[in-house]
Amino acid sequence: MPITVKTFGSAGEAASALSSDRAARYFGGGTLVMRALNEGDTSISTVVRANDHALRRIEAAGPRVTIGAGVTFARILAERDLAFLHAPARSIGGPAVRNMGTVGGNLFAPNPYGDFTVALLALDATLALQGGFGARDVPIDEFLQSRERQAGSLVISVSCQKPTSSEAFRYRKITRIRPKGASVITLAAHVPVSSGRVVGARLALGSMAPMPIRARAAERALEGRALDASTITAAASAITEGASPVDDALGSAWYRREIAGVHLRRLLSDQE
Amino acid sequence: MSKTALQFRHNGRDVAIFVDGGTNLLVALRESIGDMTPKFGCGQGGCGACSVLIDGELHLACLTLAETAAGRSVETLDGIKEGPHLHPLQRAFADNFAAQCGYCTPGMLMAAKALLDRNPQPSRAEVVEAISGNICRCTGYEPIINAVLAAASHRARA
Repeated sequence: MPITVKTFGSAGEAASALSSDRAARYFGGGTLVMRALNEGDTSISTVVRANDHALRRIEAAGPRVTIGAGVTFARILAERDLAFLHAPARSIGGPAVRNMGTVGGNLFAPNPYGDFTVALLALDATLALQGGFGARDVPIDEFLQSRERQAGSLVISVSCQKPTSSEAFRYRKITRIRPKGASVITLAAHVPVSSGRVVGARLALGSMAPMPIRARAAERALEGRALDASTITAAASAITEGASPVDDALGSAWYRREIAGVHLRRLLSDQE
Repeated sequence: MSKTALQFRHNGRDVAIFVDGGTNLLVALRESIGDMTPKFGCGQGGCGACSVLIDGELHLACLTLAETAAGRSVETLDGIKEGPHLHPLQRAFADNFAAQCGYCTPGMLMAAKALLDRNPQPSRAEVVEAISGNICRCTGYEPIINAVLAAASHRARA
C-alpha cells in the first residue's frame, strides 16, 4: 500500500503532523520505520520527516553535551568531544547502519536493539520533546517507561553531562557473534569516584526487560563505597533485581540472569 | 495515491523516475532503473546485500526511502568497473575466490570500496569491521578479507 510521505522544514511542523495522526510515524534514519514498511506494517499510513537543522546539531564543547535526535552514530564516532559515547556508538550495526541509524530512533528500538539508549540511561540523559502540546524536557527513564505512548511527540535532542573521566563511564555489549551481533545483554555503568568513593552510581541494562532499565539495587550497593572487590561482588549479586528478561533466539532468560553479574564484575574491575 | 517524481545521479548519470510513496531505494534501483546489482536479502538491514554508496557513504538501499536520494549521487556495483576493466576490488575478489554463490558480493564490494576510498591501507581488523554489516553464508569471510587486503596492497604498489 503506498504511503504518504510528508516532509517539513521545521521540527515543530513535523511534531504537529505526528500528534494529529495516529497512523503517522516519524522517519529518521530508516532502520526501524523502513524496516517496518518492508515487512508490510499496515499500522503506518503516513511517514513524517523534517529537514530541521536542530535535529542534526551537536554541541559537545562544554561539560554538558546536546545531541540532535537526527545525529547518526557515524557522526558521533567522528566527534572527538563525544569520545565517551564512542564505545556504544561503535557497538551498533555495521558501517551502513551507523551511517543511517540515529540517536533519536535508538530511543524507540525494541529488544535486542537500543544499545545507545542503555548508555544514555546510565548517563541520566534528558530528552527535549516537541508535541502538539508544545515543547518539554523529560528525563530518559520517565520517557522509557511510557515509550509506547510517545509516538505522537517528536524527540528533538538528547543532552547529558559528560562523565568526569574515562573510568567514570563504562559500557559493554555482549553478543553471540563477533565482531558484530545483536545484544544478549548490554551494560552501561556511570561510576564516578570522588575521594575514593562512588558518588552518583547509575547502572543501566539492555535486553533485561522490555526496555532499557536501571539496576537500582546494584546502584545502592555501589553508592558511597570504594569500588573494591567486595563492593563489586555485592553489586553483581543485586544486578538482576527488578529485571524481567525473556527467552529469545539470542539467549534464554535464565542465561541472561546468570551472566549479568559476571559481566558487571568484569566491567567494574576492568577485566576483558 | 500519486507518484512522486524523483531525480538523482545514478553511477554518474542523471536519472528521473516516478516512485510510489514509501518505496525504498532498492526497489527504485532494481524495478524503475533496472540496476540489478544491489540485491534484496532481508529487507531488514541485517544482511548488507543491498549496500550502495550515497554521496560516497555506505547505506542500505532497502532501508533508504527512495525520495531521500533526490539530488544525491547513488553508486552501485554496476558503476565501479572502469570501462571494460574490472575494478581492482572485483579483480581481487576473483583472484582470491571471494565469491561463491555471489549473492553477498555486490554488497561486500560496496562496503569494501567505502572502506578503501577513505582508508587505502586498512589493517585486517579494519577490513573485518568494514564488512561486519554484510553476511556471507558461503565463504567463511576469510577469502573476502584476504581479497580486500590484496586489493589495497595492489593499489599501494600501482
